[in-house]
Amino acid sequence: MTTATATSEEILTADGTPLKVSLQRSLRRSKLRAAALVLPPFLFLILVFIVPIGDLLFRSIDDRLINNVLPRTFAIYDSWDRETLPGEDMFEAMFLDLTTADKLQLGRSSTRMNYEKSGWRSLIKKSSRKFKKFKGPPYMDAMIKAEKRWGDIAFWQSLGAMKDELTFGYYLNAVDYRFDANKDIEAQPENRRVYLLLWWRTFLVSIIVTVACLILAYPAAHLLATLPLRTSNILMICVLMPFWTSLLVRIVAWMIMLQQQGVVNDTLVWLGILDDQNRLAMMYNFTGTIIVMTQILLPFMILPIYSVMKGISPVYMKAAQNLGAPPWLAFIRIYVPQSLPGVGAGVLLVFIVAIGYYITPELVGGRDGQLIGNFVARHMKNTLNWGLASAMGVILLASILILYWVYDKLVGVDNLKMG
Amino acid sequence: MALPAYATVGQHVWHWCYLGFCAMVLFFLVAPLIVVIPLSFTSSAFLSFTPEMLSFDPEGYSLRWYRILIGDCSDKTITTVCSDKWIIGTGNSLFIAFFATILASTLGTLAALGLSRPHMPYRKVIMAFMISPLIVPLIITASGMFLFYAKFKLTATFTGLIIAHTVLGMPFVVITVTATLVGFDQSLTRAAASLGGTPLRTFFKVQMPLILPGVISGGLFAFITSFDEVVVVLFMGGVEQLTLPRQMWSGIRQEISPTILSAATILVCFSILLLASVELLRRRNERLRGVTPG
Repeated sequence: MTTATATSEEILTADGTPLKVSLQRSLRRSKLRAAALVLPPFLFLILVFIVPIGDLLFRSIDDRLINNVLPRTFAIYDSWDRETLPGEDMFEAMFLDLTTADKLQLGRSSTRMNYEKSGWRSLIKKSSRKFKKFKGPPYMDAMIKAEKRWGDIAFWQSLGAMKDELTFGYYLNAVDYRFDANKDIEAQPENRRVYLLLWWRTFLVSIIVTVACLILAYPAAHLLATLPLRTSNILMICVLMPFWTSLLVRIVAWMIMLQQQGVVNDTLVWLGILDDQNRLAMMYNFTGTIIVMTQILLPFMILPIYSVMKGISPVYMKAAQNLGAPPWLAFIRIYVPQSLPGVGAGVLLVFIVAIGYYITPELVGGRDGQLIGNFVARHMKNTLNWGLASAMGVILLASILILYWVYDKLVGVDNLKMG
Repeated sequence: MALPAYATVGQHVWHWCYLGFCAMVLFFLVAPLIVVIPLSFTSSAFLSFTPEMLSFDPEGYSLRWYRILIGDCSDKTITTVCSDKWIIGTGNSLFIAFFATILASTLGTLAALGLSRPHMPYRKVIMAFMISPLIVPLIITASGMFLFYAKFKLTATFTGLIIAHTVLGMPFVVITVTATLVGFDQSLTRAAASLGGTPLRTFFKVQMPLILPGVISGGLFAFITSFDEVVVVLFMGGVEQLTLPRQMWSGIRQEISPTILSAATILVCFSILLLASVELLRRRNERLRGVTPG
């Protein structure tokens, strides 16, 4: 025991330690115990979720592959003036790199080089076959003779954009820009511009869906909040049931409803509103995406608005009307401002979820209802351009995190409620 | 809420418009689900209401699509694909969801217990991390996991999918259990400890019964999340990992047959069941905490 330092005025605990020390010790122990409880799930989450996302982040800037394949070429690349055709030394370096490179790596990096300038993949593929017959230096004339594109300075120049081990090229590609040979940023040629339109469309769809949800949700939430508890509980099932039903089931249901021979079109024809010939096309296009996403996300809007409206006392509205305000004025000046926290929460929540949507547009979107999420999936699974997919994912994630941060500031994450 | 007796005609019109609009919104929410259920009992192969169905002719209804769903291919008049894939898919989905739920409930409860302690350092940051799988779009989670798990040969394995679904389900458990613990009276555990209970015994005898509703409803959320999940399965699953949503996905992409509708109907009933249990748990929890249900 180290009680010797304690003065006589200090309060001691039963075993003689000063109370302060004892309390501090127990506080520390309590902290440790709490941390020990959180540690296993936290580590699990880090290992299987945060690290993979971090890996994605790294992939979006990682460009070491070509450096591994073309070390000799890049070592002397800077000595070249980039205006005239490179000298024999560069050709020799390129020849040695291509002939000694690992086959698999060479294939993958030629795909990567093709993103920068189309033609690289076929050039490398064809050359590798012909290079085998070469007997020795000098290589320059032999290479150009074998494949005349080696004499095209544009190919050599395009290497400049791939030289560094880290690149922001994928990010530039994700917004329709690219590096030119001197690593200056330039716009993609007209025919390769797709992504800006896609970002814009994703943003537009999210906005339209959010606004549509708000218009539909506000009166419904108001009704649910003002009805007697018994009635509103029954009506609440209408809100909660779709919330709990499988996403795919809801999408299937909508496909049945909205297709050309579907229930909605049949009803409209039956009512005589539509001709049998001009049935509406509401599925596999932009409209379909909007309708289905609105229905799927509507509960996310109704629930937060409802929970805020539930807490608004009717007394204020009555007081305003008592003081001479017509009902609509009282509603706008008194009720709406009080319900704004719920509206803010709902709007942000719906927008955040909508912006990252993938399944719904994939199934009902057709061609002009595709969003950014679909292109992430496409580059991940089909074109295998993982760098670009990662960069698009990271941009998407960053924008969502910013919105989430705003959500936290406005509403508080702890207020996240489900059902 | 009725209008007062002195309301003007305009107010009456406005009020009825408002009620009509709300009814339409609620109808919009449930209509697709309501349409699916009768259509799944159709006897024709078309996905619209036949005249027989509309006139409530028993000929118009049948259970043939449900037979196909359970892999009974004896009906030779049906030309659509008939296989036992739906049954296999359901089995796989239940298997994955079961283990993911167990893991998510255990880990999530641990985290919630730690986070609800009075002296937890960095509570806000850790909470944000624990909830983050809910915020990150599924497509990004799936991409990241797909590339990263491939390094450890975890793609196209059940283990990989269970881990992935555990991550997706854990936030729900953390949220519900933390919410249950907000009203938890800490003096109960102190009383148990002073009566000689070991920490473990105190936990299982005193704390656990009280937070159980939260754990179960969080677990149900985790279960339905895993059972319903398709993006991660599409990215990481191999041929072996055929789950129910995945079978449904490929069904939707090829041709929508009434078989899918019968699967959908069963899933709707399943979700009603889950919704009811969560609601009951919520009421029980509020009763235990002395709050009137509402």
